Amino acid sequence: MSDVIALHFDVDGEDFTRAGEASYGVKRTLKQLGINPEAVRKVAIALFEGEINMVIHADGGVIDIEIDNNQIKMILKDKGPGIPDIEKAMQEGFSTASDDVRSLGFGAGMGLPNMKKYTDSMEIQTELGVGTTVTMVVNL
Amino acid sequence: MSSSFFHSVTLERDKCKGCINCIKRCPTEAIRVRNGKAQILTERCIDCGECIRVCPHHAKQPIYDPLSSIDSFKYKVALPAPALFGQFHNLDDLNIVLKALLSLGFDDVFEVSKAAELVSDATRSFMQKNPRRPVISSACPAVVRLIRVRFPNLLEYLLPLNAPIEVAARMARAEAVKKTGLPPDQIGIVFISPCAAKVTAVKMPLGNEKSEVDCVIAIKEIYPRLLPLMKLAANDPGEMTETGRIGLSWGGSGGEASGTLTEQYLAADGIENVIKVLEDLEDEKFPELEFIELNACTGGCVGGVLTVENPYVAKTRLKNLRKYLPVARNHLGEEIPEEFQWDQEIQYEPVLKIADGVSEAITKMAILDNIDKTLPGLDCGSCGAPSCRALAEDVVRGVAQVDDCIFRLREQMHALVKGLSQLEGSFPAPFRAEQEEEE
Ligand SMILES: Nc1ncnc2c1ncn2[C@@H]1O[C@H](COP(=O)(O)OP(=O)(O)OP(=O)(O)O)[C@@H](O)[C@H]1O
Ligand code: SF4
Ligand SMILES: [Mg+2]
Repeated sequence: MSDVIALHFDVDGEDFTRAGEASYGVKRTLKQLGINPEAVRKVAIALFEGEINMVIHADGGVIDIEIDNNQIKMILKDKGPGIPDIEKAMQEGFSTASDDVRSLGFGAGMGLPNMKKYTDSMEIQTELGVGTTVTMVVNL
Repeated sequence: MSSSFFHSVTLERDKCKGCINCIKRCPTEAIRVRNGKAQILTERCIDCGECIRVCPHHAKQPIYDPLSSIDSFKYKVALPAPALFGQFHNLDDLNIVLKALLSLGFDDVFEVSKAAELVSDATRSFMQKNPRRPVISSACPAVVRLIRVRFPNLLEYLLPLNAPIEVAARMARAEAVKKTGLPPDQIGIVFISPCAAKVTAVKMPLGNEKSEVDCVIAIKEIYPRLLPLMKLAANDPGEMTETGRIGLSWGGSGGEASGTLTEQYLAADGIENVIKVLEDLEDEKFPELEFIELNACTGGCVGGVLTVENPYVAKTRLKNLRKYLPVARNHLGEEIPEEFQWDQEIQYEPVLKIADGVSEAITKMAILDNIDKTLPGLDCGSCGAPSCRALAEDVVRGVAQVDDCIFRLREQMHALVKGLSQLEGSFPAPFRAEQEEEE
């Protein structure tokens, strides 16, 4: 069977109160689909980190989720500043977050490493001044 | 499976008007209106009591035992919940309530707050030995049931200890047997409860094979009978209470958490807030927290549906009563006794899934999405489901029809009427030719 379930979310920049909406929505669907709890957990954690990154580093963007029999694919696309050095950004503890953002409890530099850790594949396409697209896959 | 879903909420059919207040408010979308009456989808209900609170016609009623149910026991022990003490205006001595309970017909009392202090001790030793964080309180049965149907990833964080009422029941029975020499089954262990969720927890326990509580009586039911008896008791209340500050605090939100003596705790109350916290916990948003206390009712157990007083007033009263009490009067050793521990693991009940296999569910979800797109998105509830999406879900589950939506039905009627009016102007073939010729 070739059915694909597609979900779409707009992520508002600078609006922390709404961050997490995508994660809630996706979790709800995954549970209705009877996806195993471990996969739900991975998706929830990775997606929330990605969503927050879009809010604090890239002024929002869009998230598309595709679910089929074999995998859950998450595509997070923003028109932010881009990431100058991906390798560096991927290091645990690396962060360019402002003091304001840090005072909210973000900026530990653990987001991207966690996204990698909790997914089966992660790919970052980025161009300075144009934007960043992060694609993550959790296999079922 | 049906037996694992007993519920303490019933519908008085005559009173139900079939309005949509309850379907909209239910946190697990467990209610539908069918044939003009509300219906609870029993496997989804978590006994939180929201529908009881919101029903303007009082058609949703909590189930509990009548006071007369204690008569069948030779020796009756009352187990008052901490929340009971917050119900009375100007109460300054817990003993007055205890003595009034004795005059009401009980042979003895065993305060749940006493067991609560021991559970607080046991929680601390559990947390010392087990590094997994955060620990989520399991004392509110509605929350445990919510986690069981919606948050499988959080089951392993639940504190695997019995709620104070269960510990109290076991201790009270053992004590009574010793005191009276009666066989255990002639002793009635009677919980004076703030909520209906506890009724379910007694009839269908999670974490335990069987509850030691024999009857559950509503605070609101004995409240009016206690008042005059308390007036009499006030003259010579005696000294019975074994409750300390920690035990009494369990009656309100935050009490259990502060009993863990950690600073890093979060206490949320009210079912909607609880759900938000659980969602966030599932996303691992709170790495620094040690303990999470969750109460389905606003204000904690003082906000239970079987209480009489406004929860905020009751909470303030508990705070005032607490002032003169020692921090704690009950202590446990290092080891957690067996009667404090769950003897069963709690299993995930995936009641929200729309099909058994993932691939079948995906197919159904695609259909569901398409149906959802054809609905008006008003979430008006006229179809008996809480939202358009929920109706779409019911349709793919095979328990509703798209035409249950009056807007869809209206569209179809429009189409029908249009078809009819077109038909009106046209004639069957034998007449048509003639007519045209005439023109
Ligand atoms: N979408 C993005 N657009 C631009 N820069 C980004 C984006 N995502 C991450 N970065 C950069 O990569 C760095 C590391 O990201 P990461 O998520 O690991 O840490 P953080 O967001 O700074 O802190 P934490 O996620 O622990 O709160 C960020 O500080 C930021 O400079
Ligand atoms: S918060 Fe207390 S009163 Fe309310 S449902 Fe839970 S246990 Fe019962
Ligand atoms: Mg980040």
